[in-house]
Amino acid sequence: MQFISSLLKMLPDAAAQGLIWGIMALGVYITYKVLDYSDLTVDGSIVTGGAVFALLVLNGVPIAVAMVASFIAGSIAGLLTALLHTRLGIPPILSGILTQLGLYSINLRIMGKSLLAVSVDKFPLLVSTRNQGASCLVALLFVVAVIGLMYWFFGTELGCSIRATGANANMSRAQGINTNNTKLLGLVLGNGLVGLSGALYTQYLGSVTVNMGRGAIVIGLAAVIIGEVLFGKLFSNFALKLASVVIGAILYYVVIALVIQLGLNTDDLKLFSAVFVAIFLAVPHLKEKLHLHKKTKGGVSRA
Amino acid sequence: MLDIQNIFKTFNAGTVNEKTALNGVSLHLNEGESVAVIGGNGAGKSTLMNSVAGTWFVDSGRIVLDGMDITHLPEHKRAKYIGRVFQDPMMGTAATMQIEENLALALRRGQGRTLRSGITRGEREMFRELLSTLDLGLEDRLTAKVGLLSGGQRQALTLLMASLVKPKLLLLDEHTAALDPKTAAKVMAVTRTIVNRDALTTLMITHNMRDAIEYGDRLIMMYEGRIALDIAGEEKQKLTVEDLLAKFGQATGSDEADDKLLLS
Repeated sequence: MQFISSLLKMLPDAAAQGLIWGIMALGVYITYKVLDYSDLTVDGSIVTGGAVFALLVLNGVPIAVAMVASFIAGSIAGLLTALLHTRLGIPPILSGILTQLGLYSINLRIMGKSLLAVSVDKFPLLVSTRNQGASCLVALLFVVAVIGLMYWFFGTELGCSIRATGANANMSRAQGINTNNTKLLGLVLGNGLVGLSGALYTQYLGSVTVNMGRGAIVIGLAAVIIGEVLFGKLFSNFALKLASVVIGAILYYVVIALVIQLGLNTDDLKLFSAVFVAIFLAVPHLKEKLHLHKKTKGGVSRA
Repeated sequence: MLDIQNIFKTFNAGTVNEKTALNGVSLHLNEGESVAVIGGNGAGKSTLMNSVAGTWFVDSGRIVLDGMDITHLPEHKRAKYIGRVFQDPMMGTAATMQIEENLALALRRGQGRTLRSGITRGEREMFRELLSTLDLGLEDRLTAKVGLLSGGQRQALTLLMASLVKPKLLLLDEHTAALDPKTAAKVMAVTRTIVNRDALTTLMITHNMRDAIEYGDRLIMMYEGRIALDIAGEEKQKLTVEDLLAKFGQATGSDEADDKLLLS
């Protein structure tokens, strides 16, 4: 009984974190699913977003302006990755790793030290661990707005050309799409959302640390893949697919809350996350294998 | 319409895998002319096609389309003027997108892509009508994902996409080679319909000698990176497979034509 009640107490926090990281996961969705680009920039760009936000707020810039700046900061990080890939021919994964590594130093430069505190007592922050219920609501509003904008954008000519690039770059070029530009735009938008999420997360925790983004991509992928494995068959509408990504992020944090409640050492959290995501990534593959196995056993050829 | 002037293309230059794929090809296509290209494996057919499409740039020579020098124009810019259908049915369409979305993408070929809606109601109606002319039952499946279609349906759809914005040049790269004979015949019929309807200037690679003889105004045979035979007009109309093989032997001084062409 006590276990359940303490778990319930952790739920608002898990939901708030899930919603905030959900925005980040929506950014990962753009690069990983829409563009089919394994972008590892996010581990750095989420901190860049938070660092820029904290620096500006500490210097008296209004919260809203600082959040726009964090979106732009994330976008620039994405732009760098895109340029490494499209102009210099560096493979996608490596281009992201290089940007991420370089961003570590840049983030330290922005912050001046490894931690910047932004206290909810001094600034009118939108979300905070101090008030988890209200934070959930605010984060939810952001999520709904982002999903709405993404739904609209990916239905436009420009958005469709980004989707086409991810679906078939060869065909896209044959249809006159400059796939270098569409990749660039996708990475810019995706990392912009990651930066924005970094600003929200910084407010929620009341600080940004230079190591905040370590393993962020894994959480983002976890959200995307949990959403897909659980709701992929159910949802075909694009907005619902995006919603399932955010639900995936929330579920991820609920599971984390659960295992911590069960007594998992927090030092082991990253290992747990990695194993957890590996399992979910493997599910579609194993399912297909099983399917094929059954088919060949049944004597049905795939002509 | 298309003027290819003495183009060369060598792959892996300076390595043991060096391969001269195009060895001084010149070719002129008049407006509305449709030309079939045949030749064995490695003769340079696909290299020629991809050089015109801009998949890569040629080492030397010039490619002029309708008076414009496109030799150094990148692939996506050439797409404004060139429609393409590929050998692999997977290559010409986006499998995870709907039929109507694929068509809408093709309808905007050569235009700037803006924040306007990616597809409009009026366009849907137009797509429905165009698809019904293909007689493949696709007009009622506008929102189906293209990945659900058969190879033949995908090739027919790609043909429609390639001609949706009338191209100055249509490139067909063995577009029936991956299909079973019955489907291939159907896709060839659709090809004829579309090419005749719009009087398209067409360059078609085929592995099928009969198709090459029956289709188009002119037949070109490639051999070792050059054009070995160029037959047009009345001579083309009377052509038989046997004639073709004999001519090929004369032109190249080689008797490997039979195996190479018939098997490929």
